[in-house]
Amino acid sequence: MLWNALLLALREIRRNILRSVLTILGIVIGVAAVIVMVTLGDGATRQVTQQIESLGSNLLMIRVGQRMGPGQRSNAPAFSLSDALAIRRDVSSARAVAPSSSASLTAVVGNRSWSTTISGTDNAYFDVRNWELESGRMFSTGDLRGGRSVCVIGATVRRELFGAMDPIDQNIRLKSMACQVVGLLRAKGQSTMGMDQDDLVLMPLRTYQRRIAGNQDVNLIQVSVRDGVSTEETTKELERLLRERRNISASEDDDFSVRDLKEITKMLTGTTRVLTALLTAVAAVSLLVGGIGIMNIMLVSVTERTREIGIRLAIGALEREVLLQFLVEAVALSSLGGILGILLALGASLGLTRLLNVPFVFNGGIVLIAFFFSAAVGVIFGYFPARRAARLDPIEALRRE
Amino acid sequence: MSPLDGVTPAAESAPLIELHQVSKIYGSGTAEVRALDGVDLRIQEGEFVAVMGPSGSGKSTAMNILGCLDTPTLGSYRFRGVPVESLDRNQRALLRRHYLGFVFQGFNLLNRTSALENVELPLIYRRTPSAERHALARQALAMVGLTGWEHHTPSELSGGQQQRVAIARAMVTQPSLLLADEPTGNLDTARSHEIMELLIGLNRERAITVLMVTHEADMAAYAHRVIHFLDGRVADVIQPGAEA
Repeated sequence: MLWNALLLALREIRRNILRSVLTILGIVIGVAAVIVMVTLGDGATRQVTQQIESLGSNLLMIRVGQRMGPGQRSNAPAFSLSDALAIRRDVSSARAVAPSSSASLTAVVGNRSWSTTISGTDNAYFDVRNWELESGRMFSTGDLRGGRSVCVIGATVRRELFGAMDPIDQNIRLKSMACQVVGLLRAKGQSTMGMDQDDLVLMPLRTYQRRIAGNQDVNLIQVSVRDGVSTEETTKELERLLRERRNISASEDDDFSVRDLKEITKMLTGTTRVLTALLTAVAAVSLLVGGIGIMNIMLVSVTERTREIGIRLAIGALEREVLLQFLVEAVALSSLGGILGILLALGASLGLTRLLNVPFVFNGGIVLIAFFFSAAVGVIFGYFPARRAARLDPIEALRRE
Repeated sequence: MSPLDGVTPAAESAPLIELHQVSKIYGSGTAEVRALDGVDLRIQEGEFVAVMGPSGSGKSTAMNILGCLDTPTLGSYRFRGVPVESLDRNQRALLRRHYLGFVFQGFNLLNRTSALENVELPLIYRRTPSAERHALARQALAMVGLTGWEHHTPSELSGGQQQRVAIARAMVTQPSLLLADEPTGNLDTARSHEIMELLIGLNRERAITVLMVTHEADMAAYAHRVIHFLDGRVADVIQPGAEA
């Protein structure tokens, strides 16, 4: 019976193909909108997560001063290399510790110049920030101890200053110093906040302190935490150690801050989720409107087919058999809308993710939910017209022209 | 399983149809209309009965009640001994499905549906397996002389052909009773006589009881009995066979 009802429904849909398509347009758009929203949301979340992960896994960033509002300045003293060495020695959960100081400077090669960020640091930096070398080498022990004028450059700096030329062993002029390029970093691409991660020049910390900054300051200590150790615990350990080294009494606040990248990831993905949920809710409203469209057309269909219903009832169709027939038709219509919506959504998602440069994340769950939801819309909005058909009086129905 | 849950038709000896003091009343008080007013009627298995009468005489109401499409306000209707007035809507649908066949003046075929599928329709509701369904429907169409027309839709058939499809649809289930409401009302004389021959054949060869409403005396002449309705009552019963 169900099979027959399905065949009948499909035939009825095919007979009124234009009307059927117009009827299910609401469902198609609703389903497509929901899936596209969720797919783009998932893609954005994935992108944020990936970008933050590319900064380094389990990364803690220790800076001088607390996060301050605009206009406020911290007069807390900078870190020194010995702080970083103390962390390396005393905090066992720290896998790598990279002290660094940086400044914005203009780098010059021949007649080309490029404003970039110069950081003095050591080889731990490559570790904590997940940098890999495209060519050349990292810093040698001699470079680091002797404060030699060598540097490793990012892909953007290479492009701007050297073009396609091989930068290794070439010299870059920074302020009054010339430094020799010994390594080229592999490109990472855009960062979360739209900053270019590849726009940087690295040199040994000692070289930076002597030749660029003229002091012994370390502004940033980046710590990568061992796998399996919670960043919260390590954060507490770091805070304890630094408070002690900086002689902060129990009543005083920290004059430095430890930021956990995981926290930032959570915050950003959380925001994306809320936005996705809101947009999805708006899209879901169109599913409801689509359902009303189906009810409308099913009511018209019942009226048009009154005579047919009369014939069926007269030759012995039961109320529930007529009900089933019309309900199946409504569900077939709405499910068809669901399927078309899913196809449309997959096409649109592929196009939009490419356009917005967001990874395409296929979410099978939402596709299934959307399909079942569209079928449910058919059941809910098809029931009333179907019941009207089933309750017709066969004598009246046969008399109708 | 009995097709009529708990209401199996009683002994063969009971008349096929037995109306006792059946009335159908619309409205109430001064607006009361008695479409049927105390009708008594018995039809035996195997009879061919014609029903005649002017418009408004109650013959359509009587046919609706006899066809289990409607219920009497007063009185009792026994179909093979089963009190139809005590059946609910679904039980009456099952009774129609298993024991009755209908032929209408306006043919009442499904549009845009082939002759074969129209004839199969009652078998679908009887849950006949599809292979058997096709075979039975083809046989029925062959019997009414429409071999080769199986895949034509009603709009591609003449009136006479459409009525033959309707007859095939009514008899494909081997009903006990075939109710024909002015089956020749929309057809010319030659076609009308062909349809009557078909009905006579069904009555004689398949032992299907036929109850037919008609306006035309020469169609009524085919019947064993003619029942005249007037003002909601049975006015007269004629036995044409006796006259001839």
